[in-house]
Amino acid sequence: MTKQQVWLLVIGTCLVFVIWLLEFNMGKIQEEVTKTGTTETRSMLLNIGPSHPAMHGIVRIVAELDGETIVGADVEIGYLHRAFEKMCETGPYNNAIPYTDRLNYVSPLINNVGYCMAVEKLLGIEVTERCKYIRVIMSEISRISDHLTCIGASAMELGAFTVFLYMIKAREYLWELIEKVTGARLTISYTRVGGVKGDLPQQFKEDTAAAFKQTREVLKECDQLLTRNRIFVDRMKDVGVISKEDAISYGVTGPFLRSTGIDYDVRKAQPYLVYDRIDFDIPVGENGDNLDRYMVRMEEMEQSMRIVEKALERLPGGSILVDDQGHEMPAAFMVDEAKMGRTAGFKERIVRMDPTLEGSSGSHHPAVNAPEKKVVLPAKEDTYGNIEGLMDHFKLVMVGHGIRPPKGEAYFPVEGANGELGFYVVSDGSDRPYRVRVRPPCFPIMAALSKILVGDMMADMVPTFGSVNMIGGELDR
Amino acid sequence: MAVEIGIKAILAFIMLMGALNLAGLLTWVERKQSAVMQDRIGANRASIFGIRLLGLFHPLADVLKMLTKEDFVPRGSDRLLYTLAPILSVFFAIPAFAAIPFGDAIQIGERVIELQVANLPIGLLYIFAMMSMGVYGVVLAGISSNNNYSFLGGLRASSQMISYEVTLGVAAMGIVMVYESMNLQEIVRAQGTYLWNVIPKWGVLVQPLGALLFFVAAMAETKRIPFDLPEGESEIIGYFVEYSGMKFGMFFLTDFLETVLLSCMMATLFFGGWQVPYLYPEGFHFPWGSLWSMPHLWVILLGIASFTLKVVFFCWLLMTIRWTLPRFRYDQLMRLGWKIILPLSLINIVVTAIFCLR
Repeated sequence: MTKQQVWLLVIGTCLVFVIWLLEFNMGKIQEEVTKTGTTETRSMLLNIGPSHPAMHGIVRIVAELDGETIVGADVEIGYLHRAFEKMCETGPYNNAIPYTDRLNYVSPLINNVGYCMAVEKLLGIEVTERCKYIRVIMSEISRISDHLTCIGASAMELGAFTVFLYMIKAREYLWELIEKVTGARLTISYTRVGGVKGDLPQQFKEDTAAAFKQTREVLKECDQLLTRNRIFVDRMKDVGVISKEDAISYGVTGPFLRSTGIDYDVRKAQPYLVYDRIDFDIPVGENGDNLDRYMVRMEEMEQSMRIVEKALERLPGGSILVDDQGHEMPAAFMVDEAKMGRTAGFKERIVRMDPTLEGSSGSHHPAVNAPEKKVVLPAKEDTYGNIEGLMDHFKLVMVGHGIRPPKGEAYFPVEGANGELGFYVVSDGSDRPYRVRVRPPCFPIMAALSKILVGDMMADMVPTFGSVNMIGGELDR
Repeated sequence: MAVEIGIKAILAFIMLMGALNLAGLLTWVERKQSAVMQDRIGANRASIFGIRLLGLFHPLADVLKMLTKEDFVPRGSDRLLYTLAPILSVFFAIPAFAAIPFGDAIQIGERVIELQVANLPIGLLYIFAMMSMGVYGVVLAGISSNNNYSFLGGLRASSQMISYEVTLGVAAMGIVMVYESMNLQEIVRAQGTYLWNVIPKWGVLVQPLGALLFFVAAMAETKRIPFDLPEGESEIIGYFVEYSGMKFGMFFLTDFLETVLLSCMMATLFFGGWQVPYLYPEGFHFPWGSLWSMPHLWVILLGIASFTLKVVFFCWLLMTIRWTLPRFRYDQLMRLGWKIILPLSLINIVVTAIFCLR
C-alpha cells in the first residue's frame, strides 16, 4: 500500500466522521419532517398473549406500538379464573386450604397461613406459640422461593437463561426443606384452622442452615451475574417507573410499592404471628423502576433468611421424639394395632411419627395445635384409642358438623411475596363459609400496568411484566 | 484444466463439509455446554441401538425431525418470498467460506496448491459482501410471514445488521492497512513475521482494539445473545416465528454457519489463521536459535490443525458469551453501534494510519 493510498484512507475517515456528526442532528431533522406533516404515521396494534413466552400465567396485553415504543396498552385478565371464591363456599372451612395452595402457587404456604389466620380471627382463637413460629418460618422460606422464581424468570426473559437455572437450583434447596416438613413440594396444604398439619421434623434446624448456606452462595453468584452486569442494569434502570402517588392510589403493595420508597410492609405495619418479636429490616428503593424492584427482592431474601434463623433460635417447646426407655412405635403399626382394638397402653407410649408420610405426630400435636376441641382434630391415638377422641374426630369431619364459627366477618392481611394478601371470610354460623374473598396482591399492580408500560419500549414490557410477578392463579382466582 | 477443477472441487468439498459439520456439531455443543454451565446433564436421550455417545446423535435426530415436520405456510403470506427467505439465508452463508484459507500452500510434485477454495485478491470484501447479503433472508422472512411479530423481527434485523456492518468493515480496515492486502491468504502469510524476532505479528497484537471491535460487530451480525434482538425469544419470538420444519432448520443452520464463519474470520484476521508460532516451512525455528526440522506434510497438517483449533476456540467463546449475558434493547444496541463502536473503530483507523505513515 502506497502513502497516497493511506492518505486517501485518512481523508475518507474524516468524511465518515462528518457523516457521523450529522447523525446526531438526525433527530431534529426527523422532528422537522413530522412537524411539517410530510409523513403520515400509524401505530401498530400488537396482541401480546394470552399464549406468549413472556406472559407466564395467562394474560393478554394489546399494545399499541409506534415503532417499538408502546403508546397504549390494554391489559386483559381473567384467563385463569377458576372460581376459587365460590369453591370455598361449597365445603367446610378446612376444605378451602388446598384451594389456597393454588392461588400463588410459588409461595403457597403464605396463602395457607393467611386463610387460616382469617378463619381463626373469626373463631377468636389463637394458635400455640410454637405454631406461630413454625408459620413464620415456613412463610419466610416460601417468600424466598417466590422471589427466587420471580428474579430468575425476569432474568431469563432478558436472555440470561443461566441465572434462571441457578435460581431454580437454589429454590430446589428450599423446596426440599419444605418437602421435609410438609410432605409435598408445590401444593402443600400445610396449615389447618387452629394449627398446622404436623411438627417440624428432626434435624430441621441443621437442614435449614445447610440449605441457606447453599442458597446464599447461589445468590452471591447471581448477584455477580446480574447486578454487576452493565447490560442487565441498563435494561432494568429507569424502566417501568411508577411514582409514589400512583402506587398508593392504585393500591399497590409489596416489593412493587417498596421500590418507590414507601416502607409499607404488613409484617411491620400490622404485625401478626411473631413478626413484632423478630428484628428485621424492610428494604426500600428510590425510583420505583425495575432495577429497584429487583434490588428490593434480592435484599428481602436475605432478610427472610435472617427471620428464619432468628425464629429457629427462639422456637419454643422443642420436640421430644425419642423416648429413652425405648417406648417407640411406628405410626402405621400403631394405626393397624388400633384398628384391631389392641389399644391398651397406647397412652403411655411415645409414638414416633414423621409429619410427612406416616401421618401427624400424636405426641406433640399439642405443641403445634390450639387446644380447641371444636376446631382441631384430636391426636390420632385419641381417635383410635378412646371413644371421646373418636367422637371428637367424627364431629369435626362429618358433613353438617365441622368447624362452626359464630356469625360475623373477618379480614386478615398477611404479607405475601407480592404484597398484601388479604382474606375476608364471612360466616353465617354454619359449617361452611358464607363468603370468602381474596385480596390478591398482583391485582392492583395489573391495574396499574397499562399506565406503567406506556412510554417504554416493546422490549421493556418483558422485564416490567416480570417484576410484577403476576401469578395467574392469584390474580384471576 | 480438468485437474485444476478437480482440485478446486476437492477443496470446496473439504471446506463445505467442515463448515456444515461444525455447524451441525455446534447444536450439540450449544446444548452440552449450556448444560455444563447451568449444572444440568444436557441432551443425552437420542440413541442408535442403545448407544448414546454423550448425545452426539441429537443433531441427526434434529435433522430427521425437521425434515419430517409439516411444512406450514401461514395464510396471507407471500408464498414465493416466504419460501425464498430461508434459501437465501443459507445460500449466502455458505459461499463466504470459499475465501477462508485453512492451510499453507501444499506442494505435490510440481504443483503448488493453496489450501483455499478461491484465492481472491479481494477476499475480505467478498466475505463482507456475502455477509451483507445474508440480511435479505431475514428481512424477507420477516415481511413475507404476514405476522406482526416477525415483521418487527425483520425490521430489527435489517437495522441491526446494516448498522453493525459499517463497524465490521471499518474495524477490519486496520488489518488491511497493517498487512497491506485484502487477500486473506496474504494477510495470514504476513502474520507469520515476528516483532523483534520474538512476538508473532498476529492481528490481535498489532490491532488489539480492532480485534475487539471486529469481534463485537461480528457477534452482532450473527444475531446471537447479547445481540439476538431479531429473535428476542421472550419478546417477539423472532422473524422466523411462522416457520416450521426444514425451513426453520435452514435459519437455524444459518445461525450456526455464521458462528463458524465469524470464528474463521477471527482466526484468520486476528489470530494468525493457520500460523503456528515459530513454524516455518522447514520446521520450528525457535527465537533462541534451535531448530526442529519437520517434513513438509507435517507442517501443512500442523497448520490446518492450528486453524481448526482456533476456530473451535472461538466457537466455544461465542457459546460461553451466549449463555452468560442478557440481551440488549433496541435503542441501546443502536447507541452502542453508532455512538461507541463506530467512533472507536474510526479512531483505530486514524491511529493505525499514523503508525503506517511513519
